[in-house]
Amino acid sequence: MSAPAPSMYSPEATAMAEKLGLKMGRPNLEVFAETLLSLAKEDRQVLAVTSDSRGSGKLGPFGQALPEQIVELGIAEQNLVGVAAGLASAGKTVFAVSPACFLTARALEQIKNDVAYSDNPVNVIGISAGVSYGALGSTHHSLHDLAALRAINNIDVVVPADNFETREVVRQSAKRAAPTYVRFGKAPVYDLHPAGARFELGQSIRLREGTDVAFIATGEAVVHALLAAGVLAETGVTARVVSMHTVKPLDAQAVLAAGRECGAVITVEEHSVFGGLGEACAAVLMQAGASLPFQIVGIPDEHTVTGSQADIFRHYGISMDGLAARAAGLLRRGRPR
Amino acid sequence: MTSTSTQSDRAALSDHDLALRSVAYRRSMLRWIKHAGAGHTGGGLSCIDILNVLYNRVLRVSPEAFGDPDRDRYIQSKGHAVEALYVVLADRGFFPEARLETLCGYDSPFVGHPTRAVPGIEHNTGALGHGLSIGVGTAIAGKKDRRDFRVYVLMGDGELAEGSNWEAAMSAAHYRLDNLVAIVDHNTLQITGRTRDVCCNEPLDEKFRAFNWDVRTVDGHDFAALTDALVSAGPTGRPRVVIADTVKGKGVSFMQDVAKWHHGVPSDGEYAQAVRELDALSEQLARGRGGAR
Repeated sequence: MSAPAPSMYSPEATAMAEKLGLKMGRPNLEVFAETLLSLAKEDRQVLAVTSDSRGSGKLGPFGQALPEQIVELGIAEQNLVGVAAGLASAGKTVFAVSPACFLTARALEQIKNDVAYSDNPVNVIGISAGVSYGALGSTHHSLHDLAALRAINNIDVVVPADNFETREVVRQSAKRAAPTYVRFGKAPVYDLHPAGARFELGQSIRLREGTDVAFIATGEAVVHALLAAGVLAETGVTARVVSMHTVKPLDAQAVLAAGRECGAVITVEEHSVFGGLGEACAAVLMQAGASLPFQIVGIPDEHTVTGSQADIFRHYGISMDGLAARAAGLLRRGRPR
Repeated sequence: MTSTSTQSDRAALSDHDLALRSVAYRRSMLRWIKHAGAGHTGGGLSCIDILNVLYNRVLRVSPEAFGDPDRDRYIQSKGHAVEALYVVLADRGFFPEARLETLCGYDSPFVGHPTRAVPGIEHNTGALGHGLSIGVGTAIAGKKDRRDFRVYVLMGDGELAEGSNWEAAMSAAHYRLDNLVAIVDHNTLQITGRTRDVCCNEPLDEKFRAFNWDVRTVDGHDFAALTDALVSAGPTGRPRVVIADTVKGKGVSFMQDVAKWHHGVPSDGEYAQAVRELDALSEQLARGRGGAR
């Protein structure tokens, strides 16, 4: 018997979410599956391609409603991506769905060659990404995927933070026919956007204004930055929060604006500190000649601590308290002259 | 439809015509490899008769109708034998052969493995073990859309060590893809030596049979046998594999069945000898005194 997973949010974090008016939404995974089903009902060219992953991908209802539009390939991720590329080349709108850990490691060469290099517009969907499968151990974590795919030409990399971003990226990806990697988790997430918000791939969304420090975060880490900004406000520190849902191509203008207008920048991601959002932002800032306090929060280069996703987030400071403390420490160091 | 009329024109080509073309293809291929100073010589020479039959008798493709969704698809999974493909595509009018002047050169589309930057090429290949999966996906799309195109995938026998091929083989049978034909250029050599000595993957026919494929084994330099294996109808619902027994380096005496010619550029002397041999074969064929074999 496993113990119930500890909550991702401390009582204080839950209270802060309430104070900020955030409502708990659903798992991005469910929203993905539901959005894909509705797209596929409208357009029979839309296909879900799975590697024994229809259960973990919440695609059971899809398979039942549209059996002709799901292509099951068994536990064979390399073939999954190759077949998806073939389907896309013949005009299908393809979503290749598999746990991010397997999809972007075992089938990386197929993503590189058959999708990106060959310009086959497959939507590569990494489910249960990052440390979503926390307690299952490092075999099931994907902390390399953003780095690996950032270094591959001709594929966009998107990490939606909430249900709205997830729904939008799925809808827009279905329409635009370009190689795209989307990764998200399976835990319920807070809704971060007001009704009527606009979402455009490659354009980050500023969730909160501030100039003392900027949090540039992606995916399920974004909410923790937003909560930390709430804590910092109580100490008189204004924190900007940017949801950088598109990691590639990066919204460099938003990064530069943060570097220009804020006293410090902290990036936050459910990913290795190597090669992900943080280093992407650092490169933008350095090459523009920006010099300011800067920190990358993510998973360090070590055997990842064991535990649930919540445990792992807390351990590495991807939490309201952890991020507020980081910001306070960074601001004490001040801007170098 | 353009591709259909072109198809019927080409169907008139005799085995003798094809034999003459193969000699010309081999000569061209060596010329361009010599010119570029790089190339996969042995595997190109082993599969060029297969390409000849595909492009001159089997595939419903043409430069004019390459965007036709009903065209047959050819995917060269053994991408390294690209020089053979280039000369055949040039002969079929996809681009002027003179464009191969830039082969492997700066900013040239004619790189050492197939890419879509070259007219007539469907997919970027070269990393082994990718083509069959792409073929499976394309064939599934064909079935779903009720199109009658066929998908042909050329693989090397050494390439079959890549496990992804067997994932693809399994799925092709599962989806009953009788619109998919895999061809194995079974020249029994890979870069290190005999495939059976490097890491034996024989018997290939029994393996494919065990994966529920329709298996045909033919002499890969016999135009009539290849044609039949590539076009004849097989059992409903089963993908076909044509195991084409070939000779690596075929057509040039000192390259034949020699692993070191997997890739290699002939010296001036070797090149002159190769051309002499091919010219002699060509003359012999022109006099009608022999077949291609």
